[in-house]
Amino acid sequence: MYDYTDFDEAFVRARTEQFSDQVRRRIDGSLTEDEFRPLRLMNGLYLQLHAYMLRVAIPYGTINPRQMRQLAMIAETFDKGYGHFTTRQNIQFNWPKLPDVPAILSALADVGMHAIQTSGNCVRNVTADHFAGAAADEIEDPRPVAELLRQWSTDHPEFQFLPRKFKIAITGSPNDRAVTRAHDIGLRMVRNAAGEPGFEVIVGGGLGRTPLVGQTVRDFLPKADLLPYVEAILSVYNTLGRRDNKYKARIKITLHETGKEELSRMIEERFEEIRPLFGGHDQALLARIEAAFAPPAFVNAPTDGYDLQRKADPVFRAWADTNLAAHRNDQYAIVSISLKAHGATPGDATADQMRLIADLAERYGHSELRISHEQNVILPHVHKSNLAALHAELRGTGLETANIGLISDIIACPGMDYCALATARSIPVAQEIATRFDELKLEHDIGALKIKISGCINACGHHHVGHIGILGLDRAGVENYQITLGGDGTETATIGERAGPGFAYDEIVPAIERLVRAYLEHREGPGEPFLAAYRRLGLAPFKAALYPAEGARDAA
Amino acid sequence: MSRAFTPKVVTANALLEGDVIYLTADDRWSRLHHEAELIEDEAHAQLRLLHAQSQRASAVGPYLADARPGPDGPEPVHFREAFRTRGPSNYRHGKQVEQSHV
Repeated sequence: MYDYTDFDEAFVRARTEQFSDQVRRRIDGSLTEDEFRPLRLMNGLYLQLHAYMLRVAIPYGTINPRQMRQLAMIAETFDKGYGHFTTRQNIQFNWPKLPDVPAILSALADVGMHAIQTSGNCVRNVTADHFAGAAADEIEDPRPVAELLRQWSTDHPEFQFLPRKFKIAITGSPNDRAVTRAHDIGLRMVRNAAGEPGFEVIVGGGLGRTPLVGQTVRDFLPKADLLPYVEAILSVYNTLGRRDNKYKARIKITLHETGKEELSRMIEERFEEIRPLFGGHDQALLARIEAAFAPPAFVNAPTDGYDLQRKADPVFRAWADTNLAAHRNDQYAIVSISLKAHGATPGDATADQMRLIADLAERYGHSELRISHEQNVILPHVHKSNLAALHAELRGTGLETANIGLISDIIACPGMDYCALATARSIPVAQEIATRFDELKLEHDIGALKIKISGCINACGHHHVGHIGILGLDRAGVENYQITLGGDGTETATIGERAGPGFAYDEIVPAIERLVRAYLEHREGPGEPFLAAYRRLGLAPFKAALYPAEGARDAA
Repeated sequence: MSRAFTPKVVTANALLEGDVIYLTADDRWSRLHHEAELIEDEAHAQLRLLHAQSQRASAVGPYLADARPGPDGPEPVHFREAFRTRGPSNYRHGKQVEQSHV
C-alpha cells in the first residue's frame, strides 16, 4: 500500500501541531467555541450527544496491520477500548477528551494516518470497493486513482470552502460494491471498444433528505484524463452550487437545477480549459503511486486441504459459504470478517479484536486489510490452504459470524445513542433484528438481504439503498421508524419505496419479521432473493404483511 | 391567549470532557439532571441562557431543554434529553455507570 512520502509526513505533522495549538488556545480561552468549531471540524473532531467524537480517515478503506494496532492502542489509551467503523470507511472514537486529541492525532501521524477533511465542506475521504486489488471481476485496482484524488484534494486551496461536503467513491469492477451512484461523484471503471480502461463518470447521486441516483455525465473517460475532469466538476460545482440554502447546496441539486445537459457542457468546457495545465504531472505522480499498489507475491500451493476441511467441518463450511468472495487468483479467497455478531453493535471492534485482525492479516493475508462501507473488515488475499486455520483463530472472538450479506449483516449509523443530529436510535434496532432472526434460525434460509438503518434523514446508514431500509424519526416526541423497500446500492442503484406509516420502537422488529415471512411465503424458491421477489411482486404483498389491520378494514 | 410556558433546564456539554452538564440555581454546572435549576418563567430562562453562554471556558453549546418537576428534582421530557442523562443504550458507558459509582 501507499506509504507517506516526506511531504505527506511533514504536512500531517504540521497540521497536528497547528491543531494542538488551536486546542490549547480553546482551553485557555483565547478562542471562543464559534471560532474553534470550524477548526476542530476540519480535523475531524465533533461534539456529539455524550462526548467528543473523533473521525479518522481510512483512505479508500485500506489499512495495514501496524495502523490497525495503533487504532487499538488509541482505543485503549484514550477511549473506552473500542472503535466504530463507518459507512464511509472511517473509524470513529466515541469518547475522546479534548485535551487528549493532540496526542491522538500525533499517534495517528506516527503510522501515516489523520483525521483531516473527515468533516466540513470539502472533499471527504475517497471511498472505494473494499475488494479492490483482489476481486475476480476487477478491471484494475482503483486505489492508485483514489490515492491520487486523496493527495489532490487534501488541503486543495480552491476546494476548502465548497458549498457543501463532497463525497467521491470509486470502483474498478463492473459489479458496484462502492455505492458509486449515491455519491457526489461516482467513478466506475469500464473498458471502451478498444479494450482500454477508463471511467464512467457519475455525478449528483446522494441520499439524505433528497435521495437521488447519480447521472452519467461521461460514459467513457480515459484514465489519463481523470484528475483534470474531476477538478472540472468540482470547479463548476464550486461556482454554481448554492451557498444560500444548506438543503440545496449539494451537487445533486445543482445537477437538477441546471440540467444534466448544461452541467455536462460546463464541465466539458472547464475540462478543456484546465487539462493542458496539468502538463502530465498528474500522470507522473500516478505512475509512482501505482508502484506502491503492486499486488503481493501470491503463493502457488495446493488447495485440496481446503476442500477436505469444508467437507469435514460444517461450521467452517457455513462460514466459507457466506464470508468468502471470489479472488482473481483462484487459489485465493477474499475473506470478510463480520463485525456483526448477533446482538453486537454493527461496525464496532474492540482493541483486542483489532489486534487479532492485525495478527491474522500478517499471518494469513499478506499483511493487507480493508474496511468495507458495510462496516466489516476484509482480508483481501488469503490462500485457500490457510482458510481453516484463519477461521479456527476467529472462533470464540466474536469475529466468526457467518452472516455476510445476510439479514443480520446490517448497516446502522450511530443514531441517537451517540449522534447529536439523530432523531431516533438505530443501533438497538439492528441488535434486536439480528438477535431475533438468529433465534428463529431463519437467516440462511432467507438468504441475501440487506437491511440498512439510519437514525435521521441524513441517511448515514444508507437506508434508501437497503433492500429493506429503516429510517428513525422523532414523531411528536416519540421514536418512529419508517420502512422503505426495494432499495439497491449496486450498479442497478434504486431508491427504496416507502411502505407506509411508521412503526413505534417496540413495533419495528415484529414489523420486519412479518415482512420477511411474507417474502418467504411469496418467493418462487430459495433461488429468488428478497430484492428479486420485491421487484417481481411489487409493494402489495409486503404492505399487506406490514399493515394487516388495514387489510382487514378494506375487506370489511 | 399565550401558551403556557413549558419549564426548562439549561444544558450544555463540558468543554474538556464533552460530558452533558446542567446549570444549577447556584451557578454551578452539574452532571446530574435532577440538580438542574427548573426554570418556570420565560424571561428568567432567557437570562439563565445568557449567563450560560457567557461561561465559555466550561460550557459548549448551551440551550434550553424542556423539563418537568419530579420527586428528586427536574426530569427530562423528550427522549433525547433522557438519553443525555444516561448515555448510550448499546454499552454501559457514560453517565449510567459514572453515576452508579457515586
